[in-house]
Amino acid sequence: MITRALFNLSDTGSRTFLGVLLAIAILVPLSNLTLAPDHALHVPTHIVSLVGKYLCYAILAVALDLVWGFCGILSLGHAAFFALGGYAMGMYLMRQIGTRGVYADPILPDFMVFLNWKDLPWFWWGFDSFFFAALMIVLVPGLLAFVFGWLAFRSRVTGVYLSIITQAMTYALMLAFFRNEMGFGGNNGLTDFKDILGFDIQAQTTRVGLFIATVATLALTYIVCRLLVTSTYGKVLVAIRDAESRTRFLGYRVEHYKLVAFVASACIAGIAGALYVPQVGIINPSEFAPANSIEAVIWVAVGGRGTLTGAALGAVAVNFAKSVFTTGALAPYWLFVLGGLFIVTTLFLPKGIVGTAGDLIRRLRGDRAAAGKTTQDSAPVRQPAE
Amino acid sequence: MTALPVTQSVLYLDGISVAFDGFKALNELSLYLEPGEMRAIIGPNGAGKTTMMDVITGKTRPDTGSAIFNGRHDLTELDEAEIANLGVGRKFQKPTVFESHSLADNIRLALDGERSPFSALFGARNRILDDRIDEVLARVRLLDHRERLAGDLSHGQKQWLEIAMLLAQDPKLLLVDEPVAGMTDAETEETAHLLRDISRTHSVIVVEHDMHFVRLLNVKVTCLHEGSVLAEGTIDAVSANERVIEVYLGR
Repeated sequence: MITRALFNLSDTGSRTFLGVLLAIAILVPLSNLTLAPDHALHVPTHIVSLVGKYLCYAILAVALDLVWGFCGILSLGHAAFFALGGYAMGMYLMRQIGTRGVYADPILPDFMVFLNWKDLPWFWWGFDSFFFAALMIVLVPGLLAFVFGWLAFRSRVTGVYLSIITQAMTYALMLAFFRNEMGFGGNNGLTDFKDILGFDIQAQTTRVGLFIATVATLALTYIVCRLLVTSTYGKVLVAIRDAESRTRFLGYRVEHYKLVAFVASACIAGIAGALYVPQVGIINPSEFAPANSIEAVIWVAVGGRGTLTGAALGAVAVNFAKSVFTTGALAPYWLFVLGGLFIVTTLFLPKGIVGTAGDLIRRLRGDRAAAGKTTQDSAPVRQPAE
Repeated sequence: MTALPVTQSVLYLDGISVAFDGFKALNELSLYLEPGEMRAIIGPNGAGKTTMMDVITGKTRPDTGSAIFNGRHDLTELDEAEIANLGVGRKFQKPTVFESHSLADNIRLALDGERSPFSALFGARNRILDDRIDEVLARVRLLDHRERLAGDLSHGQKQWLEIAMLLAQDPKLLLVDEPVAGMTDAETEETAHLLRDISRTHSVIVVEHDMHFVRLLNVKVTCLHEGSVLAEGTIDAVSANERVIEVYLGR
């Protein structure tokens, strides 16, 4: 079993990807902590956090690729799981503030004092413990995905209909979290965090620590997803994607397979959100915005569906472009660029950057048989929403 | 649940009616299949052949009637996966295989055994032996293509791969919908040979338009028309039947 696992991680894509992550995990902190600020290769702390943020998106993208790229479930609500994980982390961070808040209440976060609440709502209990919060980061998105997926997959909701209801799910959550009465800080969300696990959240070393944790989580996420999709389970997922009724008539419970993938993906998205919040310093209901989920789909499409590494690459590349475009004179045009990117990818790079690059490399090697094979990998391209 | 009729038949369809928006796709259809029997079903388009398969495999629920499998299970109360696991395999009209998997993986997924996500992740499904896969592929003469992607196969080869997947599933009853559509004459003959070989150990229902192929099968023929049985008997008797000639074969 372990040898099989190692074998499935020994392909060029996996080795390159994990190698790059290892290099980033060592070099970026090293540069930030040891080089002088005016050194040419010095990475400033705010850039460390920015890259950390991109990598959180990369984790979300890999999770989305697991369900979309391999099982054909086009979820347009994955940002909801990301945001729920983020809120669970935010609640822990709020409880850590203690008497350092504006109102100095030892138990109640500021916004509750402001709303004249006397007691901590029951759903905030336990969040002073990191262990409990960590549990909720995985359990809450996982449970929502379980209930939602159970109902949707059992009723055989597929394709564009499933996409629409996932979109409705995240929109409903956004509206709910905007309400002050919900008890999650309403419009303003959760912010003004002080420390995490006893470390000052603003400190350079904490930021670097969070960065390393994010890179490690991305690597682990990749390994888990890669082992999933190369197992027989993953083969059944692809079978469902390509010929759902065939799989069903072979006696597979398609809804169970989909549910397992959907819940696993939601749990990973929750973890990504939890790493995101301490690095950006805030979580608010706009994270549930439907547009966020759609952006995540674009990252995966640009990077290459059904490749895992492509999803991560797409997330980083598109978000880097976003950072460039949304600061300065080009800012008003970002949405056009994003839309254009999606159209260009769909029309000219249906397999995304990584999928197309893989084909090119194989063709350059003159390995015609292999190149012929990969054209068959485009099966999902023919049925994008299935 | 009403008491099930006692029957030796592997499949016992009794008074099955299915209507779609008022159109009666099946009309009081009754049909019995003996264990080990192979039956050919013919009939014009819209006669209800595919709907009948949909009812047997749980895709469509009939309005009335019962479908008893193996004398014990009422198929009208079960869903596709349950029926498949009882031992009913189905080949679709359009060859449907897993195009981005190798032939070996297509068979691996079809082979009988535990089918839960857990078994696919950690359990029995990971320990399927290559010998079993080779054995099935050899039977449809696709062993040389073992590592090719199913999507690269020709149309006829895909038909065979799908039949091989049914064999791997090892069902008691095989439903085969138009297996020789788009095949050359040589392929058609080989397919007839293959199905006759399979029928030695399985019960089989074959739906086909190709009368030459049906003749090659040399089994009892049922002609459907407007959702019920029009004629039943040997190929010669059925093709000589006045009504069959009128509605299906033409003069």
